[in-house]
Amino acid sequence: MATMSIPRQRWNARKFLPQFARYFILTVVIVFVLVPIVMLLFGALKTRGEFMTRPYTLPIPPRWENVITIVSEPSFWGMLRNSLLVMLAATFGVVAICSLAAFVFARMEFRTKGLAFNLFTVGLMFPINVAILPVYFVLRQIDLIDSLMGVILVQTAFQLSGNILILRGFFTAIPTELQDAAYIDGCTAFDFFIRILLPLARPALAAVAALTMIVSWNDLLVPLIVINQDKLWTLPLGTMQFQGQYGQDLSLVSAFVAISALPTIIFYLFAERQIVSGLTAGAIKG
Amino acid sequence: MQTVPAIPDLVKLKRGAGAPRLLQDNLTIAFFLLPALILFLLFVIYPIFQSVYYSLFNWKGLGPAVDYVGIENFKRILSDRVFLIALRNGLLIVVFSLALQLPLSLGLAVLVGNNLRGRAFYRTIFFLPYVLSEVIAAIMWLIILNPDPERGFINAVLVLFPGAEAQPWLGNPDTVLVAVFVALTWKYFGFHMLLYLTGLQNIPVEIQEAARIDGASVLQSFFRITLPLLYSTIRTSVYLSVLGSLQQFILVWIMTKGGPVNASETLATYMYRFGFVRFQLGYGSAVAIYMFLLCLFFSLVYQRLTRQPDYLTGL
Repeated sequence: MATMSIPRQRWNARKFLPQFARYFILTVVIVFVLVPIVMLLFGALKTRGEFMTRPYTLPIPPRWENVITIVSEPSFWGMLRNSLLVMLAATFGVVAICSLAAFVFARMEFRTKGLAFNLFTVGLMFPINVAILPVYFVLRQIDLIDSLMGVILVQTAFQLSGNILILRGFFTAIPTELQDAAYIDGCTAFDFFIRILLPLARPALAAVAALTMIVSWNDLLVPLIVINQDKLWTLPLGTMQFQGQYGQDLSLVSAFVAISALPTIIFYLFAERQIVSGLTAGAIKG
Repeated sequence: MQTVPAIPDLVKLKRGAGAPRLLQDNLTIAFFLLPALILFLLFVIYPIFQSVYYSLFNWKGLGPAVDYVGIENFKRILSDRVFLIALRNGLLIVVFSLALQLPLSLGLAVLVGNNLRGRAFYRTIFFLPYVLSEVIAAIMWLIILNPDPERGFINAVLVLFPGAEAQPWLGNPDTVLVAVFVALTWKYFGFHMLLYLTGLQNIPVEIQEAARIDGASVLQSFFRITLPLLYSTIRTSVYLSVLGSLQQFILVWIMTKGGPVNASETLATYMYRFGFVRFQLGYGSAVAIYMFLLCLFFSLVYQRLTRQPDYLTGL
């Protein structure tokens, strides 16, 4: 029986799901994913008139007028600078603060450890979209409204729970023998952390950093409620305002959106592995 | 680690021995935890309590809150038709996500599988929408959902079919939620697919092979082996999907502002409207507390109900 069933099974599988059907379905999904992106690029590389009359053709020849209009605008570079500043600061903060805390939770013992850890997991159930109004009150009280610092601190605070969890997972996986050996050799906990643990955990730190960079760079909600003056707009906030202001000129809006998506896409292509490993580690541990 | 410690290390060893060592450890713990604790207490925990306080007032945000109204805000919210629409929409998005988006993601993950040629390429493309910001996604979908078939690609394709008419997808209260859901699916299915791909990778090939040798059909081996072994991945994916669906904001706000006539209102757009547009901060705080309780309630019940069955704990 068993020997009979092997060839029958192979034949069955082929009949049930031919290779071409597999590729066909995947191609349909690729089209679904790419249509909005491609239409955006078409719009970005056409003049307003072309986009009105024939929006669905290839942009040949490509018109760079819209792109040039946007990149020659100093306010665009201001937004880019603000976004970069916020992203770098928040990422540095998240990586530094989370690895310190994760080390304690992974490798040290103290009486209230369980309690402290559970406190941080509350953050997972209280996402920023729910918390935004309460957070706004606090920012008003400590006078951080309309400052990039406010954006950075809030973004950092709401990235803590998930990333502490991710890093704790990675740190716990590093063999205890290493720590024992280091302590016998006279290392303090701090030495062990700085000289041995962090260098070993570099891939995990890269994953956390890549993930935080994406989250911070894409975040609109926090800048939306914190920032008032347009000098301090970040790129997503600027994109939203630009769309509100020039909503009728779809080719110009397309160009703006396309340019603001470009850094993310480039970063994604380079750091896909880190982003993916950060996300799956986070989701599976959480 | 086998090397002979250098002399400064020996000195440290002496100093680090016994009671001072414990003190030193406690100091390390304190200093290491302090930054995280301060930020977390200040921006995550303290606001919860503060919004409980403000939710008991009728407060417009100017000056201190003095107009104490007790639980009036909480009562008013529950009798507001728009809040109930927002709640219903949140639940609808949850149902759509669980019934359509997650099975789609799982199906695609199985299709891509472990050995498809071009696997990395498919994964990269499918995951791309997830890394683009919600603003960008929203504007892209606004453009292609344009009601005029001369402008919006979706309607242009639709009118090619005989009998189909162009629809003002976002302008019609009956279709707006579906249109928003399609955009949400576009943005998020790749994330869930990625989780399932990782889960599939962790299933030992031997088990599938053994099943095949024993004569299990493709469907049998999917339902009896793959699905049960994906239990913890599915559990996580469902959890994240429900929490995410309940608090959708940016995509909806940019695409529809919750309209037309509140047809696409979500809990978060409702809260934003009262908190930041109408500046009824007491009322908005009460909405935030309802949302928080909803998320908390779901998290606790879900974690209790979906404890991993014993036979899976080893995997």
